[in-house]
Amino acid sequence: MAKNYEIRLSGSGGQGLILAGIILARAAVHDKRRTTQTQSYGPESRGGYSRADVIISDSEIYFPEATSFDCLLSLTQEACDKYIFDIKEQGVLIVDTTFVKNLSLVSDNTYEVPFTDIAQEKLGSPITTNIISLSFLVKITGVVKPESLKKAIEESVKPAFVSLNLKAMELGFELAQQYKK
Amino acid sequence: MPKTKTEKTKVAAVKEAPIKESPKKDNRKVVLMQGNEAVALGALDAGVNFFAGYPITPSTEIAEILAAELPKRNGVFVQMEDEIASICAITGASLAGAKTLTATSGPGFSLMQEGIGFAKITETPCVVVNVQRSGPSTGMPTSPAQGDIMQAKWGTHGDAPAIVLYPDSVKESYELTIRAVNLSEKYRTCVILLLDEVIGHMREAVTLPDIENVRVISRIKPTVPPQWYKHYDENQKYLSPLASYGEGYRFHVTGLTHDSHGFPTNKASEAADMMERLRKKISHNIRDLVQIESHKMEDATIAIFAAGITSRAAKSAVAAARAEGIKVGLLRPLTIWPFPDDAVRRMLRNVETVIVPELNQGQLIHEIQRLTKDKSDSNLIAIQRVNGRLITPNDILRKIKEVC
Repeated sequence: MAKNYEIRLSGSGGQGLILAGIILARAAVHDKRRTTQTQSYGPESRGGYSRADVIISDSEIYFPEATSFDCLLSLTQEACDKYIFDIKEQGVLIVDTTFVKNLSLVSDNTYEVPFTDIAQEKLGSPITTNIISLSFLVKITGVVKPESLKKAIEESVKPAFVSLNLKAMELGFELAQQYKK
Repeated sequence: MPKTKTEKTKVAAVKEAPIKESPKKDNRKVVLMQGNEAVALGALDAGVNFFAGYPITPSTEIAEILAAELPKRNGVFVQMEDEIASICAITGASLAGAKTLTATSGPGFSLMQEGIGFAKITETPCVVVNVQRSGPSTGMPTSPAQGDIMQAKWGTHGDAPAIVLYPDSVKESYELTIRAVNLSEKYRTCVILLLDEVIGHMREAVTLPDIENVRVISRIKPTVPPQWYKHYDENQKYLSPLASYGEGYRFHVTGLTHDSHGFPTNKASEAADMMERLRKKISHNIRDLVQIESHKMEDATIAIFAAGITSRAAKSAVAAARAEGIKVGLLRPLTIWPFPDDAVRRMLRNVETVIVPELNQGQLIHEIQRLTKDKSDSNLIAIQRVNGRLITPNDILRKIKEVC
């Protein structure tokens, strides 16, 4: 049985993490892989906790929630503190240093990038933080093909926002180039 | 999935699976789909043309999608003032000939209970989808729980049998929605589809069958002239033809105990006939109604009995335990009511220990206890959780290791 690749995207409500999870899972479908995407969030649509789990595999996926992560993305300090110890030994940790100031665990696979600040500065609004950080994740981990990600973004966001989100994707890819170890 | 299919057939000898195996490759492509979306598409493919409901997390997407899709197909979508009105509307529309469905969650399901009883006693086909969330009362709207298993059976007063189906995946949500509609039409009753919050909100890559490969069952219409028509006329399988209002047939519909024409009665013999018919149309068709999946049970000494999302944690645990040489298997009911007594009794006869994980304070486990009287209490192990979190594969694996 091939190993599942387990990803958790975590932060707070309104950061677009569930949409990011859907896009990642849709990209996996384009790659002809098996995938499940689940989520957990509070009753509020902004604020509160939010997370999306994506599992990508070549065999049947039984339990659809990520339990130990091959990759964890945390966009808030709270989410990071909550999940950091469930990363696998060689797992990748990506944090948004705009909000994550303290890391209780750092490895060779830790990436610290001020995604929200960069989104604000380069694209004029923090709204694309989810796509920038997801694209960064995709480029670093190679979990789906970049062209599949592009296709999935085009299918998942409203037509008026496609070009903005594709810009965000390119920005995420560039950052990955820059930060790659 | 083909392996699972054979095993299912072996256990329950299901005569009428909702989906025919297609020899050709399906033309519908692989899509990423949510459980609730699959329910809505299943309803449409089964021919549902009337939905009345009141949106509630975590079932809202079902109403949302049907609100967009039904009008395009000359169907009707009505957002009602509450869930009591919703169940009444789908029952009434069904009597007028529509195939009907509503979707709700715990608080709405509680409100619908009297209406469910009315649909059952009047033998009116309809489907209620309950995407379960944490309770009681409004509980935790976005958190999973399996607390409505007994309510789905006993929620309405007055001792009426129930048909309740329980999928474990997005694909199966589609299949069992079609099956629920089919069974409601065939057996003239209110069929309940229970989903877990996680299944309703989860997205998976699925390939749906071509529409021409979907088996759709519709109610039997009367062939007799109107003056001979009895609204509750039983044939040998206890399934009677059903006329619709507006077709020239006159019939009376009441929640009171009634005779074969539908008029109220207090006569013991007629009351007994009616209650017997309600009971027998379920109990005499168990083989048609019950579906159960048996997973790696052939040589198992430990069995896990789990439904819905909990069974998926169990499957992971079975794989991990098997990798360490522990002989453990899983039994998963797709039909939880009527309970698959015979299959469960047979499959559990040779195991030493049964583990029953469920997201409640003990509901399915009492059924297993009833069927495993030959085993001591210490060989029946519960894993129960009601904090809004799932039981994980590790929780189950730990228990497996404790008992082996």
